[in-house]
Amino acid sequence: MISADLNIILPEIVLALYAMGALVGAVYTGKDALAGLLTWATALLFVVVGVWIGFSGAGDREAFDGMFQDDSFARFAKVIILWSAAAVLAMSQEYMQRRGILRFEYPLLVVLAVVGMMMMVSAGNLMSLYMGLELQSLALYVVASIRRESSKSTEAGMKYFVLGALSSGLLLYGSSLVYGFSGTTNFAGIIQAAGEGHTSLGLLFGLVFIVSGLAFKVSAVPFHMWTPDVYEGAPTPITAFFATAPKVAAMGLFARVVHDAFGGVVGDWQQIVALLSLLSMYLGAVAAIGQKDIKRLMAYSSIAHMGYALMGLAAGTEMGVKSMLIYMAIYVATNIGTFAFILSMERDGQPVTDIRSLNMYSKREPGKAIAVLILMFSLAGVPPFIGFFGKLEVLRAAYDAGLAWLAIAGVIASVIGAYYYLRIVFFMYFGDEDAEGLDKNRSPVLYGFLMASAAVLVFGLINLFGIEGPATIAAASLVN
Amino acid sequence: MDNLLSIVTFIPAIAAVILLVFLHGDDAPAQRNAKWVALIATVITFLISLFILAEFDPQDTNMQFVEERDWLLGLKYKMGVDGISVLFVMLTTFMMPLTIAASWGVNKRVKEYMIAFLLLETLMLGVFMALDLVLFYLFFEAGLIPMFLIIGIWGGANRIYASFKFFLYTFLGSVLMLVAMVAMYADAGTTDIPTLMNHSFAAESFSILGIHVVGGLQTLLFLAFFASFAVKMPMWPVHTWLPDAHVQAPTAGSVVLAAILLKMGGYGFLRFSLPMFPIGADVLSDFILWMSAIAIVYTSLVALVQEDMKKLIAYSSVAHMGYVTMGIFVANQQGIDGAIFQMISHGFISGALFLCVGVIYDRMHTREIDAYGGLVNKMPAYALIFMFFTMANVGLPGTSGFVGEFLTLMGAFQKNTWVAAIATSGVILSAAYALWLYRRVVFGDLIKESLKTMNDMTAREKWIFAPLVAMTLLLGVYPSLVTDIIGPSVEALILNYDTALADAPASTQIAASH
Repeated sequence: MISADLNIILPEIVLALYAMGALVGAVYTGKDALAGLLTWATALLFVVVGVWIGFSGAGDREAFDGMFQDDSFARFAKVIILWSAAAVLAMSQEYMQRRGILRFEYPLLVVLAVVGMMMMVSAGNLMSLYMGLELQSLALYVVASIRRESSKSTEAGMKYFVLGALSSGLLLYGSSLVYGFSGTTNFAGIIQAAGEGHTSLGLLFGLVFIVSGLAFKVSAVPFHMWTPDVYEGAPTPITAFFATAPKVAAMGLFARVVHDAFGGVVGDWQQIVALLSLLSMYLGAVAAIGQKDIKRLMAYSSIAHMGYALMGLAAGTEMGVKSMLIYMAIYVATNIGTFAFILSMERDGQPVTDIRSLNMYSKREPGKAIAVLILMFSLAGVPPFIGFFGKLEVLRAAYDAGLAWLAIAGVIASVIGAYYYLRIVFFMYFGDEDAEGLDKNRSPVLYGFLMASAAVLVFGLINLFGIEGPATIAAASLVN
Repeated sequence: MDNLLSIVTFIPAIAAVILLVFLHGDDAPAQRNAKWVALIATVITFLISLFILAEFDPQDTNMQFVEERDWLLGLKYKMGVDGISVLFVMLTTFMMPLTIAASWGVNKRVKEYMIAFLLLETLMLGVFMALDLVLFYLFFEAGLIPMFLIIGIWGGANRIYASFKFFLYTFLGSVLMLVAMVAMYADAGTTDIPTLMNHSFAAESFSILGIHVVGGLQTLLFLAFFASFAVKMPMWPVHTWLPDAHVQAPTAGSVVLAAILLKMGGYGFLRFSLPMFPIGADVLSDFILWMSAIAIVYTSLVALVQEDMKKLIAYSSVAHMGYVTMGIFVANQQGIDGAIFQMISHGFISGALFLCVGVIYDRMHTREIDAYGGLVNKMPAYALIFMFFTMANVGLPGTSGFVGEFLTLMGAFQKNTWVAAIATSGVILSAAYALWLYRRVVFGDLIKESLKTMNDMTAREKWIFAPLVAMTLLLGVYPSLVTDIIGPSVEALILNYDTALADAPASTQIAASH
């Protein structure tokens, strides 16, 4: 039934064909002159494909003997991935064009990375898992170092590549152990092999290695070392991309592996994930305090936030997956706004990332300052902004799963973390008057994304824009 | 008027949005408009809130004016008031117009200032009306944001330290409460506050990490809520954020902080700690009574040596809140009646005292006690009003300060004579520090050159104090205005509490009795 299989992966095929067609087309015609157009066209395509997947009906289907899963969980993650990638592309076009780093490869590499991410969240087999992961990673290594003449950008790409390769190695080693001890690479087969009474030692080793490899991708402590350097070194639009879609994909893949392949032995991985979560929350909260560069700060902030998302996953229940999905959706919405703001931080036309340059920003741009204030309090998890409801859901999931200690540790970490979000507010509102302020950046796209993001955080208070229902269905389709 | 409570709660927020969207510029007319919009909005809120008081039926101990709607994540938007909360709502709506009027002299970022205060009023009203755990938490926590900005932007020289300390201290207290709320949700399956008040949480003792927890889950939940409310109250020894916050906050910020925000802690004890975790409260009540007694004596002594007027009044607030926690946890009619009365009356008196400091701070720009002296010669009206509130703060019979202290002490004598005896000595100490402050600021010879040009209070300032003087006197000579409203609800609360203790597992009772 090859046609039925192809039908299921049609969105991925469309995107892949688009990338290759556009690549050939651009090479033979205008090259970088087309880059701006391609960026917008790609963003539009992402939005359209996102709508297509979002409305493609309910039901769980699988293709290629279970290699590719098309269920509500995958669709939920894919819509977030596609729309956040579209938002990042739309935000980056003007910034990169003005600095002459907008090459036509950029949007196309993003398309390929997104195809890889869509494979990841749909993976039903260790092979398709690895395929998706590598497709994503290879594209990301290249975009990280897209600013070839900048040593920082090259360094970021290099570090990301070396550590990414190491994590892929760990993952592959784990996969081979799992294959060796279960005799199959299909998740449906592994869950049967793992569920027979006790888990064999080899399978357990394989599980640990796979989890370590995945922890690299979500940048959970102690596999987080690459994150701050890559965030700082990569051009800001690329950092914005790293902070959003790949995180959702990696968390989706994480959830899929632990539930689809090891859902029968929750106790075996729960403690590992809980520990990753605990360490990430605390390191993210403590290490960010001393940061002066807002991109590095956001790197540690994302590590902390992955810790909270992992707390939901550590619960090992349907509610845990649901809370993780809601948390990630809110996280992405907040981060898009935050990076729209960071992209607009300029002095004399040059990008600035020093936090102190925000001194008394509220005097110069009161509207944008209020929006950033909302984003920061939402990231800190202070109500009434919806970042709080994400935290509430993961806390509930963790508590219900008997991880009360993790919930208590998590809220204390959130108080420590609140300090550095408050510091940004402090610079904007209470800082000293500074002659050297930021330029008045009136890029309508960035302004629009910042304001939209802040509005989402405020008005989500009414009903979270209805994402609770789809998230519940998605979690139910994964955990059963 | 089905939505009376929501209307009252959100009028200030709507006014804040109007200011945010429609008011541009920071010139004199814009500043004047911002002030008038804020004043009119708070006055309208107060007038509408009078309907709540008029329609309120004190004999009905259930929640009244209840509104309920579905909200996100299975939670409910549910508001309502009973005898315990209705007066806090009135206190808030009453104080806010005075606060705005007292800020007429602000000239730095007036629009943002008014927006912050208007949003703060909405959030404070929400705290006293919310009948859903998470909704309560939302209002309770969100109030930190405007207060953080008020201290940080319009505060004194050391405002940044004070604002961070205020935020992080209270945030740490309340996140533990959040975990407890999650635990309650898991245990009872609902976040509806009236339902939870009738739900009995498990109280079987158990051991955790080798520590024997008497009262089991109830004690742990009680402690988590206690962490939040004790910081908010604030109780000794977690009161240290308050003097810093008070000293650095602008006058209006201090007034709101002392008059309303501190009352959230006491309200929380009455709404959550006593009715929901009676066994936990009983296990820890002796401990809390002693803490209150220490707070009263210790902070009164600390107040004696202060050189900053606001700091002195801040420590005096901590001491007065000691009477409140003492009254609440003796858990009898006089104690709780007195605690609520003390909170209402302290709202008027401490608010007025901070306004008194504000009056001379506006003229001299210093709060050092040593910088003043002999003000009575130049400012007779001010001397009279300051004298009145100093006496009220001391607890002179005839003022509302007396009734609250007397009732709580009477309640305490029935439960623990030693605590009551020590707390009574606080009355003497409060006379000492308050009168000494008054003597150093107002009496004596007017020798300092800089003071000789001071003018007496303006008509605006006098009008701000008039309602406060009236309320303090009225409640002092006719306290049943308050006790008639709160009485039946308090009685129901105590009945509920005693029944729960009588039904408690035997192991808990043995442990609690020694």
